[in-house]
Order: sequence, then structure tokens, then C-alpha cells
Amino acid sequence: MFKRPEAAIGRPVRLSFEGQEIRAAPGDSIAVALLAAGVDFFRHTPRSGAPRGPWCMMGACFDCLVVVDDVPNRQACQITVADGMKVARQRGAAEVGP
Amino acid sequence: MTGGAPDAVVVGGGLLGSAIGYGLAVRGLRVTVLDEGDVAYRAARGNFGLVWVQGKGAGASPAHAAYARWTQTSGELWSAFAAGLEELTGTPLQLSQKGGIHLCLTEEEFEARAQKMAGLAAQNGSRFTYEMLGRNALARHLPGLGPDVVGCSWSPQDGHVDPLKLLRAVQEGITALGGAIRPGHRVSRIVREGGAFRLETEGGALSTARLVLAAGLGNRALAPMIDLDQPVHPQKGQVLVTERRERFLDIPTTFVRQTGDGTILLGDSKEDAGFDTSASPEILRTIADRGRRSFPALAEVQIVRSWGALRVMTPDGLPIYGQSPTMPGAFAAACHSGVTLAAAHAGPLAQDIVEGRLSGETAALGAERFHVQAA
Repeated sequence: MFKRPEAAIGRPVRLSFEGQEIRAAPGDSIAVALLAAGVDFFRHTPRSGAPRGPWCMMGACFDCLVVVDDVPNRQACQITVADGMKVARQRGAAEVGP
Repeated sequence: MTGGAPDAVVVGGGLLGSAIGYGLAVRGLRVTVLDEGDVAYRAARGNFGLVWVQGKGAGASPAHAAYARWTQTSGELWSAFAAGLEELTGTPLQLSQKGGIHLCLTEEEFEARAQKMAGLAAQNGSRFTYEMLGRNALARHLPGLGPDVVGCSWSPQDGHVDPLKLLRAVQEGITALGGAIRPGHRVSRIVREGGAFRLETEGGALSTARLVLAAGLGNRALAPMIDLDQPVHPQKGQVLVTERRERFLDIPTTFVRQTGDGTILLGDSKEDAGFDTSASPEILRTIADRGRRSFPALAEVQIVRSWGALRVMTPDGLPIYGQSPTMPGAFAAACHSGVTLAAAHAGPLAQDIVEGRLSGETAALGAERFHVQAA
């Protein structure tokens, strides 16, 4: 899908997606990092279970939701990557409470 | 207009007008609903979606008792009403009538609630059933309560529904039965012409022999044109809605409910703010805080939208129904319980309008009660 020159990364930020390490450029949003790593869908919708990924990339569409460090329903396009961040797919609706 | 004059014209494309229009269409009338358009205040697009019996009509007057019975009647009619509408339109309404809860966060609230419920059940002709549950009894049915919850009133007659799907379905029902919904038809003048009514609107004029004014806050200006009085005023309510979550609340409460799609609504504020529909941080904070005190796990659930909308409120909070004293065939209705009362509006009220006269509870809920001469 998307491809960027290796030189554009500089010193990489290392985070994980679904347990696999991903290398991102400093300042990337999670959405950019995942798309650049070839992730084609980020979540399953709560109603139909359809696979979805980023669409607007500017915080409006809520289609890029992921679990970030165990917090559900985060907008991947609005959060900057950080070393050690654990990102996972948002699978349907999250539970309320622990 | 194609095909001549409609059998009935309903002014107001909200839930009240659309439910009445659907009821008339079911009874074989060719109905046209005139809707102002999206400049209207649209209480039907901002409400919470409770089908709610408990507490409605608590009070000493005969009008209160009539409203309580009318509400109970609608609650009893709702499942058949929903089934007919779903069958006709194919729109699932997400109706659930497994009971409802009003949470009390202080001992004083609990005592006051118990008195109110007891008064309601003791009214003349009441079919209201309820239970006051203390914290321990409640916690067995409803997990996750906050430490501030002291108990609740519970009624098996309560429920909830998706109010937007309901509005869409009654309007689809009208068109499926040969009627029409016409937006951009704000009514400016009503004149009697022989045995019929001529309505002048921004979308053109039309005539009908049977007329129902159900224009919400617009009825204040429209009702005098058929010699009725509908002294309604706006009361603002604000609502918060969260992201979709797994089901955690199967039973609706008066200020927190989880929809069939998984979002959680928090609401039930009441403000006198004129025609201002904006949402305000102070009120939203109060709503969110009560939700968090009721169910602490909500504190980490994200809110995705908030809005304000205007209830159509009458001087005593009860609906007003009227038939014109001078123009047979012309009626007016105003209420803030358009969801709960939808089954009664599409049922017995529509039947009364077909027969040309109000009866029973709606006849007991006229505006005459506000006139000092009547006392």
C-alpha cells in the first residue's frame, strides 16, 4: 500500500501492533505508522463486525479506532507514536468496566 | 397536490404529528403531514427515547389522573403498535419493555420518590404498578452501582425505544399507506371555507375537511386560528452520548440508558432557556457527574457528542388536547411525551379524530383547566 523511503524514518520509534514490533518515524501518528507498516484494517465495527481503517486522517470519522496501552477506542490518527507503546486492533465494542 | 385534497392534514412532522398521521392513515384516511423543515426546533430529533410510565401524572387534579391513565394506556398499546409499524415498514424500532428504574442518590430523594409513586398508584382508576427497592435488592438485579445509590423505584411498565427509528418508521408508514410528508410547508394562516379548511403555507395553499395541529411549540400561534388555546413554552434538555460499548445496562433508567446499538445516553436536565438549544458545559458536567455516581465504570467511557433540545412544555406539564369549539373537524394536540404516548396517539386519539370528537382521557386534558373561569 504505502511506502516511504527508509531515510525518512531517521531514528526509529519502536512500538508494537498486535504483539509485532513496528518501526515508525518520530512524530508519526499511530495511523501513519500502521499504514506505512502495511496494516490494512485497524478495527472491527461493533454492529456488523466489518473491518475498517483510517478514512479522514484528521479526527472526524472515528474509523481508525485502536486499543492503545489497554485503553479502548482511541483515534489512531490523533495520537503520536512513542517508544514501547502497545497498540492492538479494536475488536467490536469494548466492555464497560474492568 | 396530485389526486385532489387529502382527507386529513396534520400540521407538524414531529413525533406527535407523525404518530397521529400514521394512526389516521391506518384507519383509511389519505393523510398529508405539513412539516416546517429543518429550521423547526425538532424535539423529536433530540429526545432520550424512554417509553415511560412511572411518575407520569403524579398529582392531585383530575387532569393528572387522566394523564396517568392515558400514559398507562399507551404503555399497554406500545408492543402491538410497534409490531404493526415494524411489519409495515421493515424498520426495527429496538423496543424493549422489560421495566425501568429511577435511581435515588440520597435518602431524601428515595423518600420523596416513594411518596410520589404511592400517590400515583392510589389515583382513581390507576393501573400503575411499581416497587421501591433498597440498595441491596437493587444491586442483585443491577451490578456496578456506585456507593451513592441508596435505592430506586422500579416499574415493570416502563421501557425504551430508538426514537429516531420510531420517527422514521411512522413517517414511512404514512407514505406506505398512500399519504405524504411535505417539508417546507410552514403554515401561516388557516381559514374556514365552507365545511373545509384552507391552509396557506410557504409551499402553497391546500384544503382539507379534517385538520390536526401538532406543531409543537408552533401550536401556541396556530391554535388560536381554530379558536383553541395551547399555551406551550420551551424547556431545554441536554443529552450526552458515549461511544458504543458492550451491553452493560439492560434496563433503562431515567437519566442513563444504553441503546440497542450500544451507545450510552445520559440526560434528563431541565432548564428554562428560551429558544436557546445550545449545549452548555455546566449542565453537561452535572449530567455526567450523576451518571458517574450512578455507575462509576462510566467514568472511563468516552463521550462522543452532546446536544440540547427543547421540550414542548405546558403550564402544568401535562398534555393539552382540544377540538375546535367553532370548527368541527379541527383538533390540536401538544405534549412533551411524544415517544411514550405515540401508541395512544396512533390508536385511540386517531380513532377519536376520525369520529370527530375527543373522548375519555383526551377530553379531560383540555386547555380549559388553565382558565380561571373554569375553577
